[in-house]
Amino acid sequence: MELTERILKADRRALARAISLVENDGEQAQKLLQEVYPHAGQAHIIGITGPPGSGKSTLVSQIARQYRQQGRTVGIVAVDPSSPFTGGALLGDRVRMRDLAGDRGVFVRSMASRGSMGGLARATGDAVTLLDAAGFDLVLIETVGAGQVEVDIAREAHTTLVVEVPGLGDEVQAIKAGLMEIADVFVVNKADHAGVDQTVRALTIMLDMNSAACSWTPPVIKTIALHGEGVADLIEAVDDHWAYLVRENALQDQQRIHAQNRLTRVMRRRLFDELLAKIGPERFEETVMQVATHKIDPYSAAARLMNSKTQGS
Amino acid sequence: MSARKVRILIAKPGLDGHDRGAKVVARALRDAGYEVIYTGLRQTPEMIVEAALQEDVDAIGLSLLSGAHLTIFPRVAALMKEQGLDDVMLFGGGIIPEDDAPALKQAGVANVFGPGTSTQDIITFVEQEMARRK
Ligand SMILES: Nc1nc2c(ncn2[C@@H]2O[C@H](COP(=O)(O)OP(=O)(O)OP(=O)(O)O)[C@@H](O)[C@H]2O)c(=O)[nH]1
Ligand SMILES: [Mg+2]
Repeated sequence: MELTERILKADRRALARAISLVENDGEQAQKLLQEVYPHAGQAHIIGITGPPGSGKSTLVSQIARQYRQQGRTVGIVAVDPSSPFTGGALLGDRVRMRDLAGDRGVFVRSMASRGSMGGLARATGDAVTLLDAAGFDLVLIETVGAGQVEVDIAREAHTTLVVEVPGLGDEVQAIKAGLMEIADVFVVNKADHAGVDQTVRALTIMLDMNSAACSWTPPVIKTIALHGEGVADLIEAVDDHWAYLVRENALQDQQRIHAQNRLTRVMRRRLFDELLAKIGPERFEETVMQVATHKIDPYSAAARLMNSKTQGS
Repeated sequence: MSARKVRILIAKPGLDGHDRGAKVVARALRDAGYEVIYTGLRQTPEMIVEAALQEDVDAIGLSLLSGAHLTIFPRVAALMKEQGLDDVMLFGGGIIPEDDAPALKQAGVANVFGPGTSTQDIITFVEQEMARRK
């Protein structure tokens, strides 16, 4: 495809178009990914997750700036939620990335979650693949800022940053188990607010209790993203983590797990789509109504639908 | 497969410091089912067009209060052309005298919405334009 050639040359228009293609799915997207995928796998992919308003976008902007000063190029995918009712979305992460405007070494793409749970969109991984293939040295992914832990980011990123803000105090225990598992670096942002040190201490204690099992202990970094304070330390921690992955051969393991997840997701979706096409949307809808009105239970309904080979049989 | 989603960039060029109007329009478009990319305050024409390019939007909406519309709109339109964004619809709103509308349309602005326009007027217009351009 001509589009592939242009992406590999980092043509921004082509890249933007290609991301829309993978978002909208379809045959052309598959063909594109087929051609582009062999060229990806070079970028360091960094995930940034954390509660709404914790400063993720501001941090992403600062991280990107620091890497740009080192001459490294940065692609960014920022995910915000779609409304489950209208399908619309207000994607506002660019507001905090104003400082990156005009820099040719940065490409920012806002992405609506389009019904996906877990903080990412279905196509986030594909968009990252495109940015990676276009030659960006780093790709930053900002997840949806939902209340709970967005663990899905860990299946796409090499290094996952979990952003917290001061004042969690006793809630630290409530930092849901999943968080400990996915965080490679903890960031306590808004360090200009009261209670930073308690939060840092609480996180550190918790990490110490958890650290025995693993050869990497996530550092806890204080930042004031608003003024760029602590961001140099944060970059250092991110680079340390990358060096660790490479040194310990952990990168291969991680890549294998990521690939397995991705393949599983694609297969699952295809299987469902194919099955649904066979069953026919009307019959599926009918069955949904039967389950909704408690005429049949979901398990029997699924069994019945999945045994049907052709529409209407 | 999922249908193609219409994406719209809402930007607030100029130096005046509030963006209430732009946000109201952005939210209304979101509620109408569009994916709205909101870029915030003090956007230069260059920033706006580059963001539109990266975000692969179908339309750009500018909100202007500063009275600089006669320079900013044509500048954005010219940059769009330069970047090959000819198929992207440009519209605007804010404090724009009706007398200026013909000149702006001449410069490539699809429509301008003056004071007192309801968000529904804007949504209806966007819907019609998007259907026409399909
Ligand atoms: N005081 C203080 N405010 C900050 C700091 N970092 C970010 N903020 C502010 O916090 C608010 C939210 O910042 P964002 O970067 O948009 O946060 P976010 O996590 O990306 O938000 P969502 O994407 O909506 O979940 C903004 O008003 C920022 O200016 C900080 O270090 N200190
Ligand atoms: Mg954000």
